[in-house]
Amino acid sequence: MSDTSDWLQFALFLGVLTLLTKPLGLYLVRVLNPFGRTWLDRAIKPIERLTYRICGIKPETEQTCLAYTISVLAFSLVGMLLTYFILRYQNLLPLNPQGMPGLSPHLAFNTAASFTTNTNWQSYSGESTLSYFSQMVALTIHNFTSAAVGIGVAAALTRGITRKATRNIGNFWVDLVRVTYYVLLPICFVFAIVLVSQGVVQNFRPYATARTLDATIIDAPALDENGRPISDADGRPIMTKKVVDTQIIPQGPAASQIPIKLLGTNGGGFFGANAAHPYENPTPLSNFLQMLAILVIPSALTYYFGREIRNQRHGWALWTAMTLLFAAGVCTAWWAESSGNPIHQSLGVAVSDGNMEGKESRFGIFNSALFATVTTAASCGAVNAMHDSFTPVGGLVPLFNMQTGEVIYGGVGAGLYGILIFALLAVFIAGLMVGRTPEYLGKKISAFDIKMAVLVLMALSAPLLGFTAWACISAWGQAGLNNAGPHGFSEILYAYSSAIGNNGSAFAGLVANPSNGDPHYNVTLGIAMLAGRFLMIVPVLAIAGNFACKRQMPAGSGTFKTEGITFVLLLVGTILLVGALSYLPALAIGPIVEQFLMTNGKLF
Amino acid sequence: MKPFLSALKTSALLTLVMGILLCALYPLAVWAGAQLFFHHKANGSLLMDADGRIRGSELIGQPFSSDRYFQPRPSAAGSGYDPMASSGSNLGPTSERLAAQIETHIRNYRSRNGLPENLPVPADAVTASGSGLDPDISTTNADLQASRIAAARSLPIEAIRALIAKHTAPPDLGVLGEPRVNVLLINRALDTIAQTQPVLRNQTIP
Repeated sequence: MSDTSDWLQFALFLGVLTLLTKPLGLYLVRVLNPFGRTWLDRAIKPIERLTYRICGIKPETEQTCLAYTISVLAFSLVGMLLTYFILRYQNLLPLNPQGMPGLSPHLAFNTAASFTTNTNWQSYSGESTLSYFSQMVALTIHNFTSAAVGIGVAAALTRGITRKATRNIGNFWVDLVRVTYYVLLPICFVFAIVLVSQGVVQNFRPYATARTLDATIIDAPALDENGRPISDADGRPIMTKKVVDTQIIPQGPAASQIPIKLLGTNGGGFFGANAAHPYENPTPLSNFLQMLAILVIPSALTYYFGREIRNQRHGWALWTAMTLLFAAGVCTAWWAESSGNPIHQSLGVAVSDGNMEGKESRFGIFNSALFATVTTAASCGAVNAMHDSFTPVGGLVPLFNMQTGEVIYGGVGAGLYGILIFALLAVFIAGLMVGRTPEYLGKKISAFDIKMAVLVLMALSAPLLGFTAWACISAWGQAGLNNAGPHGFSEILYAYSSAIGNNGSAFAGLVANPSNGDPHYNVTLGIAMLAGRFLMIVPVLAIAGNFACKRQMPAGSGTFKTEGITFVLLLVGTILLVGALSYLPALAIGPIVEQFLMTNGKLF
Repeated sequence: MKPFLSALKTSALLTLVMGILLCALYPLAVWAGAQLFFHHKANGSLLMDADGRIRGSELIGQPFSSDRYFQPRPSAAGSGYDPMASSGSNLGPTSERLAAQIETHIRNYRSRNGLPENLPVPADAVTASGSGLDPDISTTNADLQASRIAAARSLPIEAIRALIAKHTAPPDLGVLGEPRVNVLLINRALDTIAQTQPVLRNQTIP
């Protein structure tokens, strides 16, 4: 990892991200104000007004915390039911040329929960399961709206913190519409065209059949005249030599789906291999832009927050804490992956090449480690390399990122309200240490706020560890494993961490939708995703409502300053401690022990 | 209950409006722009031969078995480079199966390219990519295959080296990503050399 060009790429990435934070943050200030003006008004304002008129939304009225919460839940419920029924009955719906059957109830539930909660965990393989209609309607709509919901909730919490003695925290419908129309849609359109210029496909053509340059001979199961595999007397499939001289190359409208998958920190891939697929992420430049798209809104939201609370230094303090944790994560994963696997190196793999299993040549070690850290720091879950094949410590970084609740920039909106929960706790702990009633940004923190903050943390860790434990000791849990030993445990732990964190990435060897139709993984993961989303949003909105009612008081001499290096370190410490205390035992028997076993050459 | 019902109604209407905008108009607008400005790339960067038949895509790796061609990386996509089964191996760092696969790949790579037993092998030559469709190999990997291809095609090794240099894509913008050689494109170029420059001199495997 001493390579200067890698350091240069890292510096370039952080530099561009930093430069974009302020301008986009200022733009978000305008968008999240219902009457804010933007330079896109001329084009978009008429569509916004028309939408309000059709849906009966009154943009000038505001909602209480309760009404806002009800709207979030109602909107999510409608979207989830729509997706569930489209998936169940896609065989009766149009745009299904492959004649895909409807999904089983548990797979449809898992997928509907997954996309509604901004997780985009994919228990299925898209090409062989979903019709075009399901892909384009049932799933794509959530990519936009679940992201907009997250930003809306973050804005509502911000309003609760800044306003004085009121009950109103904004209008959910207006936030939803304005974020989608003014932020997500325009950026996605431009980004999609840029991605096509790099080679991402956007067409509605049938799959292309190519005659390959060289005919290759493979071992394939012998088939009878009905196309079924033939077995010998012992039940083993009979293999024959088969000449392969054609390649069927899938096509499709990928370029329009990929920008929102990243910008909305969704992560669901158009193709099975996600951003590792050359049609989805063709060049190092497209890769750079995709990583930037994942973090740019979460990063800008810290600036938006600082501006709204009229304390830009606090906004930057949050940003600095995130960036410190992010840089530490990148360096750890990068070091682990470039050090490579001593077992493979003893067989004769060049030591200087690092661990290339599951990585693409065009990205190499550094961009794969960076992408893995980016996608789990935010709750994106797109992958440009297979995390399952990372070295143990390389895989620990994404795991830890997800388990800390994805507050290192975090998901769109979710990252901001997540870190504000930690900020509340940090200030509360500091208050306890000096024996003073803690206050945050001029408002006293009450017992109710802390109860809600702790409820959020409990809601994340209890199902995460509980489901993991259950899967580990059950036949259905072990049946899904692709690896043995501690790595198998890591696969399960990763799945539930990803679901709870609404991330969606996977140690993809795990089979969550087995061919025997066992529903356990699909159902438990679906419940975990819903818990991770709504048991966070509801307490956060309760805090927002409670804060909005409070009076602001001037800062006194004993007020703990929420800016500067002391606060940053306290915040980092709180995040690490809460993460470490809850998950260290699980990590110890997964990736940590595997790292030692790998060093000693133990195989499973 | 009433506020919830009214919220449900607004939700349904808004889902409908946004569905039309985001799931129909937006992808169609991208499609129109893509087809207008980047027709070749939007349609899969497909490569045709003189007869107009599709021979592959610049971006999608192909399997090669003949000694006359550069070999791509091992692939976990179906039986190898099957775009309908795009996937990595997903085998972990302490997987016995993965170690065994890598050991076999190393043995084959060395014997096929006439390399000494103790020479470290480039990692990309013996590991599967994330997509199983990786179109590229590293320049080191390409260099180590040069003499085998020169021998199989009875071409001077300098011609092969020149071809590798010509087909080495530098990092994007001079800094992003890794230098790499696109296997399908360089192999197509090999076939055109063979047609334009008949046998110059014979070479034996070192």
